[in-house]
Amino acid sequence: MAQDNSKRYYIIVATLGILLAAYTVHLFRLQVLNTSYKTKADENAIREITIHPARGFIYDRNDSLLVYNDAAYDLMVVPKELRPFDTAELCRVLDLDIEDVRKKIEKAKKYSGSVPSLFKQQISKEDYGYLQEKMSEFPGFFVQSRTLRSYPQPIAAHILGYVSEVDEQDVENDSYYRMGDYIGKSGIEKAYEPILRGVKGKRKVLVDVHNREMGSYNNGEDDIVAVPGTSIWSTLDMQLQRYGEELMSGKRGAIVAIEPKTGEILCLVSSPNYDPNLLVGTARPKNYGKLVTDPEKPLFNRALQAAYPPGSTFKLANGLIALQDHIITPSTVYSCSGGGYHLGNHVVHCHNCGGLNIYSAIQRSCNTFFCRAYYNILSNRVKYKNIDEAYTAWLDYMSSMGFLQVFDTDLPYELKGRIPTAEYFDKKYNNSWNGNTVVSMGIGQGEAAVTPLQMANMLAVIANKGYYIRPHVVRAIGNRDSLNTQFNNKIYSKIEPRHFETVLQGMKQVVTAGTGRGAAIPGIEVAGKTGTAQNPHGRDHSVFALIAPANDPQIVVFCLVENGGFGATVACPIASLMAEYYLNRKVERTDLEQRMKEMKIK
Amino acid sequence: MSKGFDARLICYYLALVIIGWITIYSTCYIPDGSTPIFDFGQPYSKQMIWIGTSILLAIVILLIDSGIIQHYPYFFYLFCLFLMVLVIFIGAEINGAKSWIKIGSFSIQPTEFMKVATALALAKFMQEGKTANQRRYVWLAQFGLVFIPVIVALLQHDAGSALVFFSFIILFYREGLSAEFLVIGIIAGIIAFITLKFNETYSIAIITAVFIAFMIANRTQKKKYRRNVIVYLASIAFVFSVNFLYEHGLEPHQKQRIDTIMGKTSDPLGADFNLNQSKIAIGSGGMFGKGYLKGTQTKLNFVPEQSTDFIFCAIGEEWGFFGTLVVFGLFGALIFRILKLSEKQRNPFVRYYGYGIAGILAFHFFINIGMTTGILPIIGIPLPFISYGGSSLWSFTIMLFCFIKLNDN
Repeated sequence: MAQDNSKRYYIIVATLGILLAAYTVHLFRLQVLNTSYKTKADENAIREITIHPARGFIYDRNDSLLVYNDAAYDLMVVPKELRPFDTAELCRVLDLDIEDVRKKIEKAKKYSGSVPSLFKQQISKEDYGYLQEKMSEFPGFFVQSRTLRSYPQPIAAHILGYVSEVDEQDVENDSYYRMGDYIGKSGIEKAYEPILRGVKGKRKVLVDVHNREMGSYNNGEDDIVAVPGTSIWSTLDMQLQRYGEELMSGKRGAIVAIEPKTGEILCLVSSPNYDPNLLVGTARPKNYGKLVTDPEKPLFNRALQAAYPPGSTFKLANGLIALQDHIITPSTVYSCSGGGYHLGNHVVHCHNCGGLNIYSAIQRSCNTFFCRAYYNILSNRVKYKNIDEAYTAWLDYMSSMGFLQVFDTDLPYELKGRIPTAEYFDKKYNNSWNGNTVVSMGIGQGEAAVTPLQMANMLAVIANKGYYIRPHVVRAIGNRDSLNTQFNNKIYSKIEPRHFETVLQGMKQVVTAGTGRGAAIPGIEVAGKTGTAQNPHGRDHSVFALIAPANDPQIVVFCLVENGGFGATVACPIASLMAEYYLNRKVERTDLEQRMKEMKIK
Repeated sequence: MSKGFDARLICYYLALVIIGWITIYSTCYIPDGSTPIFDFGQPYSKQMIWIGTSILLAIVILLIDSGIIQHYPYFFYLFCLFLMVLVIFIGAEINGAKSWIKIGSFSIQPTEFMKVATALALAKFMQEGKTANQRRYVWLAQFGLVFIPVIVALLQHDAGSALVFFSFIILFYREGLSAEFLVIGIIAGIIAFITLKFNETYSIAIITAVFIAFMIANRTQKKKYRRNVIVYLASIAFVFSVNFLYEHGLEPHQKQRIDTIMGKTSDPLGADFNLNQSKIAIGSGGMFGKGYLKGTQTKLNFVPEQSTDFIFCAIGEEWGFFGTLVVFGLFGALIFRILKLSEKQRNPFVRYYGYGIAGILAFHFFINIGMTTGILPIIGIPLPFISYGGSSLWSFTIMLFCFIKLNDN
């Protein structure tokens, strides 16, 4: 061989050297400069498992359980790990046909090969036990447990609210949630969601190429323990709530009972109602659809969302304002004759009550007295320059007693009610109106419409002689004695305390000798007021307002039964039974109780 | 007149073998289970036997008379060739290649030994051929020595091994193979690349353009017309044969691997899963790696064949770029040392042999690392001294220690 070939040594060494250098640069880019592989490796090997904490329980004010959790079992499938299995056996256990199984597996495959998909939601405990034993025969399947809300009593659905899977909006609004999580959608469940839900835990595990768990990642140092949800004590009295729902069965309407000293809602009945257990788990979509289309509108919370003409119970508020504005004194007498209130061509009928002061006007629910009082409030040109000013001042008094506003506590969606503004009447009557034009609002008819909750709150103002605490439904959080103080401030009305004595005296007379004698409870002094709310769509609504015991009020009850007619006939006995049951924990008037429970009003 | 065996080569060898065993242990390690050092069902324990026997082999080679190595290469070559042919008929199939002889629980791959045998036989033949005057015939015979095992390996469906025999081009080049051959080879490679990456139309268009350019440049030299036309037609034929080989000569998975490297297809969850996971393993190592026994890609079986052909993944993942540098450094040092010693040799036999095995080692190294990092299509050949496997470790040990022994004389 020629000698000069030895120079090729250098060419060979140089070529190999350049190749080696190029490889080194390539590896440097791959390993050091490109960091995406690190992420990909982690995505491969590390699976984050979310641990869903149990949701907090909800108790009533006496430690009775209202809401707890029930275990549910979902059968999951990982398509990649599927091996031939006894399809017929699985079909038999789960009550599916073979076509269903194939479709479900196809769907899961489309979603992901290695990420678990839901195969069958909420299999029964029996099926769970059976499958758990035979799991090895069904490779690729596993059972995941989760919790569902459960209600030992089929009551208080409106106020407890419900829990359901988050929707896209929820996920967008709060990064805490992931698809598949549960969230409180209404009622207490919604208002106290952050407390009830607890804190999700996280566990990082290593999975191999076949998606099998291969132990914890980093010795579990990155794991986060789930914090169970905190339990809540509601202000509701479970037994009273149940009793109220029984009394209202077969009727439409609402009962709101409040402990006036604390603003705690003792019961809040909206009838017709529904069993909260219907809106749980797999049956939920079907049942929800049924409830939505039900012409009786059971999902509609009448206690908070229905605005009714308040009827004669509104006279209490107007009486208070008349006293406060010195339109009347307790001894002022208006005479009722000639069939009622006449002014111009405006007539409000009454029963020729004769001459009466405010006590007997409340006792006998005299339209003439309160129309004149209301007219005089609005015609007070000593204090107010014109009708607009006088009317607006009256609205101020009203709102100081809780009307025209939402309390914005922990209640589900509340309606503000409707009492028109002065501008509304200016426009409607072309600036030519006076107290006479709107006089029917003096007796709770006409344009005014308020919610049962607002009426109950007005009763609390009377019972407290001047103030109220915003009505709410949660009493304590975490444990029974850890009171929920966020709504505790007293809100004073613009009425002086002494005037409440006057009105309360009138209300006592209603029960002892007036329109609401049926409200009398043996051994307890009761104050009340009947009402008959005119209903342009049908029979009048029966209304009753009650405070008991009158001298040391423990409970105020506002009851409204749609199409129930006179206040005295339906709402009055129901409110009275409620107060009796609450104060005595038993009812002696069993005949009345029986009659009311069985009464059906269409 | 022994100068003593080259200590550096022995050190590089031992370092690579030890790195290999440590890495094989890591690939078998189960995070929370026990992984006893001695469990002869496990590759790392078997590898310990292979390492032990390899060292014994090495000592035997260093002790015997170097004349034996120089006198019997043809016999060794024919014996290995016989085994390779035998394997086609009675061999066991592993990973699609029918290239293994099963003896009990151990498998031997004759092709691995054929590489040493060919290097030795070539060295001997070239030493003898130097005295012969029929140069053309000599070159042909040399190529023949290389092509026979290539054809047998192809018959075994072992394309990877077949490819390795092309490494002797380095030896041929050093010993006077005209550079034109290399230029032609490189041009052929470029044409093949363009044909596979795009399609034959591009290649033909380019070739035609070059042809026309040459015709115009050579318009006054009529003699060159014929040459140009012949080269042109040969190039066109080459393009079609590349296409034909690709379409009909390759297995579907081989086509897939080529398509992936050419960037024509991408299927990281399917066909490219292995390559993709291999790159993730190496790429996720970072500068200093995840730490020994802490590689998730390898521990959790995302990387296939991780103790054999894809063993570099475990090194890249657990030791990072630092590990890469150590392995690259050792291979570079080993190969350059062999070349340097070969060049210094007065005995041409040793030089021929040295260049032969340096080429084989370099080929193995670049192809293996290239395939695990996505530069080259996946070609299943082991990383010398490091990959698990008795045949490959034995053959590379014999290969290296024959050189160490020969070099000492």
